Amino acid sequence: MSSLGDESSPLRVAIVGSGPSGFYATEALIKSGLNIEIDLIERLPAPYGLVRNGVAPDHPKLKQAIEVYKKVAKNPEFNFVGNVTVGVDIKAEDLQQTHHAVMYTCGAETDRRLGIPGEDLPGSHTATEFVGWYNGHPDYRDRTFDLSHETAVVIGQGNVAADVARILAKSVDELKHTDIAQHALDVLAESRVRTIYVVGRRGPAQAKFASKELKEFLEIENCRPYIAPEELELNPASQEEINSKEGRGNKKNVEIFHRFADSEDTGKQRICIATFLKSPQRLEGEARLQKVVFETNALTGEPFRQSARGTGQTMEIECGILFRSIGYNGVPVPGVPFYERWGTIPNEAGRITAEQDGPVVPGLYTAGWIKRGPSGIIGTNRACAVESVEALLEDIDQLNTDRPGREGLYKILDNNGVRHINFAQWEKIDTAEVAAGEPKSKPREKFTRQSEMLAVAES
Amino acid sequence: MTTVVTENCKGCRFTDCVAVCPVACFHYDDEMLYIDPDVCIDCSACIPECPVEAIFEEDDLPEGQEQWIEINAEKAPDLPLIEEPMEALPEAEERKADLGF
Repeated sequence: MSSLGDESSPLRVAIVGSGPSGFYATEALIKSGLNIEIDLIERLPAPYGLVRNGVAPDHPKLKQAIEVYKKVAKNPEFNFVGNVTVGVDIKAEDLQQTHHAVMYTCGAETDRRLGIPGEDLPGSHTATEFVGWYNGHPDYRDRTFDLSHETAVVIGQGNVAADVARILAKSVDELKHTDIAQHALDVLAESRVRTIYVVGRRGPAQAKFASKELKEFLEIENCRPYIAPEELELNPASQEEINSKEGRGNKKNVEIFHRFADSEDTGKQRICIATFLKSPQRLEGEARLQKVVFETNALTGEPFRQSARGTGQTMEIECGILFRSIGYNGVPVPGVPFYERWGTIPNEAGRITAEQDGPVVPGLYTAGWIKRGPSGIIGTNRACAVESVEALLEDIDQLNTDRPGREGLYKILDNNGVRHINFAQWEKIDTAEVAAGEPKSKPREKFTRQSEMLAVAES
Repeated sequence: MTTVVTENCKGCRFTDCVAVCPVACFHYDDEMLYIDPDVCIDCSACIPECPVEAIFEEDDLPEGQEQWIEINAEKAPDLPLIEEPMEALPEAEERKADLGF
């Protein structure tokens, strides 16, 4: 008897989401050496997820991860199905009928909310919107950001908060030869922002920035990074944290923060101020955001378990725009289990379960941020995807064998009248983007509307 | 800028770093690993994975380890690629203890 993955019966896997996790899962499946057919489904016409739409335009080296994904895409086992939203264009339940196994690698697409009054005032934004907007993500093409006030506030002290602050801090000259979207460059050129606050709930020893991201602030042409020196006085528990092995990265951060504190005022146009131990309590303004009221915090607890407790004292920052970047949540896919509290798909080492700690649903898998929450960087998802693929391959004898794969998928999509594009069509879009960037000395000028991308793909 | 494997890897070769490398830039010989600087994208994912703190960003190298920039660049391209973690060297645990980890 033949089994799935044999020469006569290919293992047919659908992967939903073509970011790093989707590609690393594809790579791991191909490396298994089995007879395999992979359909990588993506809701946009363009692949690569956050490497295309999240990584900052001034970090071109990180985007070279795409070269690895291009190599994966060259394998005959691989097929790209772009412009298809699972749960809208095809039901998740239908996908389970067309493929032996389905793996969800659709990331964490929304920002966590602050849950405070005034959060939805005009001028209060999510980092995701801003990042998507300057990166040319079609979902955020028509967002508007009012940069006419001279103070901007970023809530959160992770790498996305750093990206947002850095894009606000840099001059147009520093950005114009990157792949930043032209509409964003035009708005940033008119920015009157002079002061950027980057506010953390906890102290300098707990900030989540990668130290490399922090160091970049020392190199910005027209912006001085600054911290009030008294904010860098650490309590004994924080001191212990940065002196331990686990605190190696935090220690580096604190060292860089001291360089911020020591920076001289050389008359740079902008200043970026990191400030700590403050939780936003409410956003205020008539018709639009005018100020943020913070409660100051104190740290209590053992090293590495310190929590920020409100002191009852408040302080205010007047500002015209605010971005929150305090973490991300996955978005549920209709028909796929979802654990609201964590914003993830419940799973056991990659096998999707009917509910948190519930029984495994045969044939369903997950990897990446939607599996384990939004932590780690691009490479972390490789190890994560490998774990999920190992689970899938262990289960291979228990999978339903009778599945049409690609053919069945296309039949449903065509019946539903869905325009879908393949990898060769994406490559036409890619080529056109690179050509459009050339006269501006940009690595590419992205298409920012799905309709434009489809027109090129289908030309 | 690049990321480099240094002295501490010699005799250990734990390879935890390899599992999180997004671009497959690690190469190996009988003693240790090396990073190909033309492939590495400086994401730093590997740095915290090393049980003996052998990996550094170029501008963070401890004093006296600068020669490793050149050693990595010279050796990596001609050595076999390592894309999946493998068994550490037999004397790795002993060496790790000697190094104070």
